[in-house]
Amino acid sequence: MNHKMIIHTIGQVLLVEAALLLLPVFVSLLYAEWWGAGSLLISAAISLVCGAVLTLLTKKRKHSIYAKEGLIIVSLAWIAVSLVGALPFVISGAIPSYINALFETVSGFTTTGATILLDNQIESMGHGLLFWRSFTHWIGGMGVLVFVMAIISRTPDRTMNILRAEMPGPIVDKLVPRAKDTAKILYFIYIGLTLLLIILLLAGGMPLFDSVVYAMGTAGTGGFGIKADSLASYNHYLQWVITMFMLLFGVNFNIYYLILIRKFNQAFKSHEFWTYVCIFLVAATLVTVSIYPIYKNVGEAIRLSCFQVSSLLTTTGYSVADFTAWDAQLAKTLLIICMFIGGCAGSTAGGFKVSRLVILFKKVCNDLKKVLHPRATSVVKFEGKVVDDTVLSSLATYAAVYIMSFITILILLSLEANFSFEANFTAAASCFNNIGPIYDVASGTFTDYSALSKIVLIFAMLLGRLEIYPLLLTANPYTWIKK
Amino acid sequence: MKIIIVGCGKIGKTIISSLLKENHDVLAMDINPAVVEEVTNVYDVMGICGNGTEYETLKEAGVDKADIFVAATNSDEVNMLSCYVAHCMHAKHTIARIRNSGNNSVIGLAFMKKQLSLSLSINPELQAAKAIYNIIKLPSATKVEMFSSNRFEMIELVLKEESHLDGMTLIDLRKNIKQNFLVCAVSRDGKVYIPQGNFKLKNGDKIGIIASGKDAPKLLKAFGVQHKPVHNVIIIGAGKTSTYLAEMLVEDKIGVNVIEIDEKRCTEMCEKVPSATVIHGNGMSQDVLLEEGVETVDAFVALTGRDEENILISFYAMSQKNPKVICKVNGEELSDIAEDLGLECIISPKKIIADIIVQYARALKNSEGSKVEMLYSLLNGQIEALEFNVLPDFEFCNIPLKRLKFKDNVLLAGIVRGTETIIPNGEDSIIAGDRVIIIAVGKTIYTLGDAIKETAK
Repeated sequence: MNHKMIIHTIGQVLLVEAALLLLPVFVSLLYAEWWGAGSLLISAAISLVCGAVLTLLTKKRKHSIYAKEGLIIVSLAWIAVSLVGALPFVISGAIPSYINALFETVSGFTTTGATILLDNQIESMGHGLLFWRSFTHWIGGMGVLVFVMAIISRTPDRTMNILRAEMPGPIVDKLVPRAKDTAKILYFIYIGLTLLLIILLLAGGMPLFDSVVYAMGTAGTGGFGIKADSLASYNHYLQWVITMFMLLFGVNFNIYYLILIRKFNQAFKSHEFWTYVCIFLVAATLVTVSIYPIYKNVGEAIRLSCFQVSSLLTTTGYSVADFTAWDAQLAKTLLIICMFIGGCAGSTAGGFKVSRLVILFKKVCNDLKKVLHPRATSVVKFEGKVVDDTVLSSLATYAAVYIMSFITILILLSLEANFSFEANFTAAASCFNNIGPIYDVASGTFTDYSALSKIVLIFAMLLGRLEIYPLLLTANPYTWIKK
Repeated sequence: MKIIIVGCGKIGKTIISSLLKENHDVLAMDINPAVVEEVTNVYDVMGICGNGTEYETLKEAGVDKADIFVAATNSDEVNMLSCYVAHCMHAKHTIARIRNSGNNSVIGLAFMKKQLSLSLSINPELQAAKAIYNIIKLPSATKVEMFSSNRFEMIELVLKEESHLDGMTLIDLRKNIKQNFLVCAVSRDGKVYIPQGNFKLKNGDKIGIIASGKDAPKLLKAFGVQHKPVHNVIIIGAGKTSTYLAEMLVEDKIGVNVIEIDEKRCTEMCEKVPSATVIHGNGMSQDVLLEEGVETVDAFVALTGRDEENILISFYAMSQKNPKVICKVNGEELSDIAEDLGLECIISPKKIIADIIVQYARALKNSEGSKVEMLYSLLNGQIEALEFNVLPDFEFCNIPLKRLKFKDNVLLAGIVRGTETIIPNGEDSIIAGDRVIIIAVGKTIYTLGDAIKETAK
């Protein structure tokens, strides 16, 4: 185990976070929120000092990292950025309890969007802190380490292990030969799409600050808002724009790269993309039918159902209506199922991922065929390529671990006395899949959960964002025992 | 530069790792998915799984935008075909690994290269055989590299325990030996230095000397390292490298004894090199070796396909005191271990090939005032020796060297002007048309201008 390299990388991540914290400082100063700026600056300084100490302590180090180190770096880096990222909320007094602040920050970085803040607390929070809260979505969406990789001068060998551990999806491919360039291209596309969204929102009459915050929340498929009713009070144009962009950010970014380099054929051949579109259309239609009796207006039903399905399928978690209170069981159930499916691999969305679902479904069909024709040979093909047996078996394992993790979280949450099963189930599902909303709770937030449950949920969010293995491996004592 | 490598075996991986150090964008292609996965995990490259002769795969790899296309699979035919297809798809330069001797006769190779529009063909076995041949011709050295078509030689040698040079400074050395030479690098305890005049030599040092080719034997004699010409050689293994080596040695009237365990290969060897003595027996057996006179032979070359066997049998041969032992080791880790254990002469074909490709890539990259002609990595790859062709537009032409300030850890080791070889001193200057040899430690020099910091006032 190369401890020094792990510590060094975490130091680098903290240095980058210190730099990132300066952006909300700037926003605070713009709105003349001196104390907000101060608290953010202090946090930036703490991050800078910690990062500098860690990197300087480990100046002499071996560069080699293997898959194991990659996974550990990713999980520890995410924990470190969250621990530091929570400081501004505590120092400024906006969220006095550190556990609550940590919950909010992890919810931000993992693009969950689950909040412990009540509506009046959000509205009284300064612009700088609100910006930071949503900015965590934006950073976490594409990945903290991917960002670090894009800006550090030279990536050593084997950095694929880090990229692979942080990027969601069963098969992670590079776009171009160098990991650094791949990271740059991803961020280039990401920034481009975000800017486009901001412009479209501004064109629809949304104030600048709101557009930036909602654009970052949409881009990271996060879901933090700044209004009590999320997006319900904005006009229909803005809601449709957000619906479209949530869907766009749930698409594999490789497709955008292929479009950028004008390989349209290859881009639109993607099986995963079309499956994703189909799932959206089917779910949206069914939800429309299901909620039509409530609204008695086809246009209204279509708008609401498209927005909600898009929001939950891409694990964003914005809402334009209080869908948790809909009197339409089919719609509510479908939305929960959308939460579990999630977006495409290689996007900013969470959940189980469409590609995994497609491959597993094909595998199930093949196995059923094998029961009918015991001598039949079959292969699973995905995106025009044969899926390797090792990938298949690791996918099946992932599915099992995914379900077991969910059950564990659910059981731990059930220890709470005051919450219904529906509340606990949706809380677990929404944190684990990085979505945010919760059913059957009066405040609509996580604030009433006990500190212990919040810690469970914090881990649930990290597990969901990092796709389970990194954290499991880091928590496993055998990883650390020297043989 | 964008470089595509087809075939990620031992050679392919070494090429990839050397090219990455030079900051090229590398795309690795192999037909075996497990190999592609391993390569992409270890190196910062893009991996593509597929057949390098197929249009679709090459298209996906973006061959049309590739600056260099290298085919290094283990099949000559695949390499030639994929290079040809790549050329037709507008890859700028194509390099094929071609190693069957039938394709490597001078005329045959020239024909193939022309017909397939190859920029370069590489033959690891032939290159290894040449390197071994150079050492056998100069057995006191552990490595000999040729510059400027053999005008300059770079000789690596180890100062043995009984060396009378122990404690001598380089200035004294110059005074004692009235020859034209330059000690340009010293490796001691794993570190490499470019020595100054007051540098003291020590026993156990590995030193690199540059001298003109015809002076080399005399020079080594003056150094006091024994230099007995080799008259007979035992070669273990009758693979491709052995065949090439035996052919060269036989031409020089050196007796060759090849020991090979496989009967079919023995017969092949007999056909190709009739004047060599071919023994069908186990080269790992001490009895066989003693029978063939390992005690009295002048040189012993271990060239079986397995690194481990080569290393072990080389140690046995070294215990015989008499022969000069040369050992082929392909694995990097193993060659380091073997060197630590005391094996002096280790030949690694894949490193030689990687050097050639890096040299080719560098020569393409630059053009300002100079052109890389040769590149060797010496003393375990810790230093690089480069030969530049000085073009007329080189900015430091005709300035005496004492007024040029070279960068740290960079040395101008030799100048070839026409047929004349010059070990430069402060009064000499670089003239257009010269060939210049530069030694650099831990640095990458792309052009001759890179080596020079400034002109002193």
